Amino acid sequence: MIEIALNKTLTGASGKFELNIKTCLGSRSFVALFGPSGAGKTTLLRMLAGLDKPDSGRIVVDGDAWFDSTAGIDLPPQKRSIGFVFQDYALFPNMTVRENIVYAAGGNGKDWINELLDMTALTKLGDRLPNTLSGGQKQRVALARAIARKPHLLLLDEPLSALDPQLRARLQDDLRSLHDRFGLTTLLVSHDIGEVFKLAQRTLVLDAGRIVQSGAPAEVFLQQRLSGKLNLHAQVLAVRREEVVQIVSLLVGQDIVEVIASDDEVAGLQPGDAVTISTKAFSPFLFRKG
Amino acid sequence: MNYDWQPLLLTFRLAAVTTAILCVIGVPLAYRIAHMRTRLKPVIETLVSMPLVLPPSVLGFYLLLAFSPQHAFGQWLEQWLHVKLVFSFAGLVVGSVIFSLPFMVHPVQSGFEGLPPSLLEASRTLGKPDSVTLFRVLLPNIKPALLSGVVLSFAHTIGEFGVILMIGGNIPGVTKVASIAIYDEVESLNYDAANFYAFVLFAITFAILLTVYVVNKKWLKAGGHD
Repeated sequence: MIEIALNKTLTGASGKFELNIKTCLGSRSFVALFGPSGAGKTTLLRMLAGLDKPDSGRIVVDGDAWFDSTAGIDLPPQKRSIGFVFQDYALFPNMTVRENIVYAAGGNGKDWINELLDMTALTKLGDRLPNTLSGGQKQRVALARAIARKPHLLLLDEPLSALDPQLRARLQDDLRSLHDRFGLTTLLVSHDIGEVFKLAQRTLVLDAGRIVQSGAPAEVFLQQRLSGKLNLHAQVLAVRREEVVQIVSLLVGQDIVEVIASDDEVAGLQPGDAVTISTKAFSPFLFRKG
Repeated sequence: MNYDWQPLLLTFRLAAVTTAILCVIGVPLAYRIAHMRTRLKPVIETLVSMPLVLPPSVLGFYLLLAFSPQHAFGQWLEQWLHVKLVFSFAGLVVGSVIFSLPFMVHPVQSGFEGLPPSLLEASRTLGKPDSVTLFRVLLPNIKPALLSGVVLSFAHTIGEFGVILMIGGNIPGVTKVASIAIYDEVESLNYDAANFYAFVLFAITFAILLTVYVVNKKWLKAGGHD
């Protein structure tokens, strides 16, 4: 179990604010850190890794203090059992994929390295240099490298934000299976609600330096479960008139739908506007994709 | 034509020794400065850069005073290390190291500063001490910068004149390097000899710089790192 109680003064877009986090991460749990930009998510991750220093507080991992300001303990990142996946992946350009992982794995044997490469589907790419890899491939190398040391805590800083949706979905699955397979404790920073829902057992919502909500993703994000209505958030792409009706093209998540609307509904609507589509959800059909 | 090659050999020996010493002290210094965050940083950077703007005779003058056995430092050297730096090859090395220091430190410092900070951080999160990171991650990724540093220091030392004039003493085989020899020969109206030294120096420094640019270009093309 990981006990976290940290304080740090940060400077944001609207001035200074206090980062005040007090929470526990259960062993082997998958926790998502969600919140707007500048809320302090990356800073929290970096403090856990030992890359940034909190002003005060404690980090205790399974009984071992990694940081304790009152006792003067501050373990450097090297002494913490962590795996960190950076947003820019931070692969070492002078080493091949295999060498990057071997560098990370330390004393662990060749079999382990081959297993890692196999699990992340990198076996064929072992001798390639990072600058010849695609985004998804780089992400897999970064992931394999981060878990090569079999760390206690896996920290991921929006690792999938630069990828397209299909690739993202595949890598989310990879991430989940690696987490399960190695019994890792994982903390994932993400902006993507879908991703959080899919992967995390628990979500911490961070805003202006504080945890404003904590719980299972369903509890945290689904607010109107009993209203019987289906509400979708959408973005207007285009509005056009077709004979007597208005047709509005909307972007819902990753899908495009067209709805018929009346002149009043459409009044003042511009492409780019955020709207809510609301309908009574009696029993829509659900089809499995693919 | 029988020309005395000694000044040229002396020049290259001085440049090689100076460059080797600069690799050993310049690279760690560049690393420290690149990662420094204290208010002292501008002061250190200024000190390192001084030889770029200081007239060589100023440096030469201070070195002469410092090395002189009549003053404290020179006396200490003679007493404890039995070394007399004034008018000696060793003295030239000390002078050249100080004078060519910015030529090693600046490119290497730029190289380090140009690397994404996440590389060092990633290596730390993988449990590696900073010394390992330096040799296995950072240095291999700033090869063009290291090459620039080595070559510029070497070339700059070859061209040194003012400092050596002050502290060298023009002793043949010991401190009479090619740049001094040219001056000497011109003063003695031996234009042939002067031309010989001048031409060789020109040709060699041209060849060195050309090699650097060609190699750098190749490295960049092969996906090397700038």
